[in-house]
Amino acid sequence: MSEMKKIKNLKEFSTSADRFEGANLLCPGCAHSIIVREVLNATNDDLVLSASTGCLEVCTAVYPYTSWDASWIHIGFENGSTAVAGAESMYKALKTKGRLKQPDRNPKFVSFAGDGASYDIGFQWISGCMERGHNIMHVVLDNEVYANTGGQRSSSTPIGGSNTTTPAGRVSYGEKKTKKDMVSIMASHGIPYSAQVAPNKWKDMVKKIQHGFSVDGPVFINAVSPCTTEWKFDPKDTMMLTDLSTDSLVFPLYEIIDGHELNITYRPKTVVPVEEYLAAQGRFKHLFKDEYKYLIKEWQERVDAQWAYLNRREEARV
Amino acid sequence: MANRGWDEFEIGAMLRSFDGVSNDIATTQQEDRNYSQSNSFVASVADWRIEKPIFAKDFCIDCQFCWIYCPDMSIIARDKKMIGVDMDHCKGCGICVEVCPTNPKSLLMFPEHADEEAELAKWPAKESKEK
Ligand SMILES: Cc1ncc(C[n+]2csc(CCOP(=O)(O)OP(=O)(O)O)c2C)c(N)n1
Ligand code: SF4
Ligand code: SF4
Ligand code: SF4
Ligand SMILES: [Mg+2]
Repeated sequence: MSEMKKIKNLKEFSTSADRFEGANLLCPGCAHSIIVREVLNATNDDLVLSASTGCLEVCTAVYPYTSWDASWIHIGFENGSTAVAGAESMYKALKTKGRLKQPDRNPKFVSFAGDGASYDIGFQWISGCMERGHNIMHVVLDNEVYANTGGQRSSSTPIGGSNTTTPAGRVSYGEKKTKKDMVSIMASHGIPYSAQVAPNKWKDMVKKIQHGFSVDGPVFINAVSPCTTEWKFDPKDTMMLTDLSTDSLVFPLYEIIDGHELNITYRPKTVVPVEEYLAAQGRFKHLFKDEYKYLIKEWQERVDAQWAYLNRREEARV
Repeated sequence: MANRGWDEFEIGAMLRSFDGVSNDIATTQQEDRNYSQSNSFVASVADWRIEKPIFAKDFCIDCQFCWIYCPDMSIIARDKKMIGVDMDHCKGCGICVEVCPTNPKSLLMFPEHADEEAELAKWPAKESKEK
C-alpha cells in the first residue's frame, strides 16, 4: 500500500493541488463541490472516479469541458458504483496477470452519487458492490432531494419538507415519511467501513476518507450536502447550514467498523435546537405555522432518540 | 476542436484533461500543469458574479478556512499562505467572507464593478465586540 498523505492541520492541507476544477456549472455555494474537494485532496494517489447522473455529473462534464483531472466514468443514473467496481475488477485482474504498465501506483476507486442515485435508483447496484466486496468507496452527496431535476422527493428526504412532488399547502405539510437510514443499511452488509461525514468538519472527513482508503473492501460514506437551491437558503450560508446540521445532531457524525462497531466521532460542545436548523431553510418554512408546530417538536424528539440510540450502540461495543 | 459539434466526434474519441504526459497531477500546482482546451480550468464563470470578494492581505492570518470551504477552487493558497482569489473561477457565493475569522474580515464582498484599490483604502476598522 502507498503511504498515507500527511495532513496534520489546515495549513498543511492547503498545500494540496486540487484535481477538481473551477468553471464547472454547479450553483454558487454548492456543497457537493466542497465535499468532492475534501475527498480528493485526502490522497495523492491516482484516482479512478465515477459520477452517477445528478448535479455533480451534469455540471462537471459539459461538452467540450471536463472539470476532472483524473480518470472519470459516467454511464447512467443507477450504476456509478458498478462502473467503478468494474474498473477495480479489471485493475485487479491485470495486476494479477502482471499486465499493468505502472503496477505500483495504487489507484483509489471512488464513486460519487446523489441521494436519489444511492438511496433509490442505484440502491441494488450499490448493495451488490458492497456484498461482492469490491475495493471501492461510494460517497453519497446527500442533499435529501433530486436536485438536478427540480426538487422531487427521494427516500432520503426528511419529513415535513416541501418538495415539488410532496409540496406543502392547504392540505399537506409536505413530505410524510422520515429519512431512510442508509448508513445502517450499508453497514449491515458487513463492510469494513461506513460513516457519516460533513464538509464543515473537514478533519473528521479526511480522517474517515483516509481510513476508508486504507481498508480492504467496500466503503460507504454519507456526506451531508446542503443545497442552496432546494433547501432554500442564501449561497453564502452553506457552511452555516452545515454547522447547524451537525450541531443540532440532525446529521450526527459517526462511523461503523466491520458492520457493527459504532463510534461517535463528533460531539457538539453546545447542541443547537433542531428548530434553528429548520428555521434556516425555506423548505421547512410552513412548519412554523401554528397548525404544524407539533411537527417541530416531533422532529426534536426523533433526533434526541436517534442520538440516544447511537450513544447506546457506542457504549455497548457490539 | 472547440468548433466541432458533440455529434461530430468518432465513437471512442477522447477529450483529455491535459496535453502530453500527466503523471503526478496531485503534486503539481495549477501554474505547472499543461491544461488542455477541454479542461474547464481554461474557461471562466466570472460573468456569473453580481458581487466579488476583495482580499485585504494585511489582516489575513492564513488560517485557510476560505481555502477549504470555497466551492470553486478559487482561493489561491501557496506555501501555506493565502495569496489571492482566482477571479476566472470565483462565482461570488460569499462563503469565503462568511468563514473568515479575522476582525476586521480579510475578505469582503463588493459589487462586481467596485474598484479594488479604492475599497482597500477604506477597509472597515476593527469592530469592537459588544458585551
Ligand atoms: C434512470 C434515470 N431516471 C431519471 C433520470 C433523470 N434525472 C437526472 S438527474 C436526476 C436527479 C438526481 O438526484 P440525486 O441523485 O439526488 O442527485 P442531485 O442532483 O440531488 O445531486 C434525475 C431524476 C435519469 N437521468 N436516469
Ligand atoms: S441544485 Fe443544489 S446540489 Fe445542485 S448544483 Fe445547485 S446547489 Fe448544488
Ligand atoms: S466568493 Fe465563493 S467562489 Fe468566490 S472565492 Fe469566495 S468562496 Fe470561492
Ligand atoms: S479565512 Fe481570512 S484569515 Fe483565513 S486565510 Fe482566508 S482570508 Fe486569511
Ligand atoms: Mg440529491
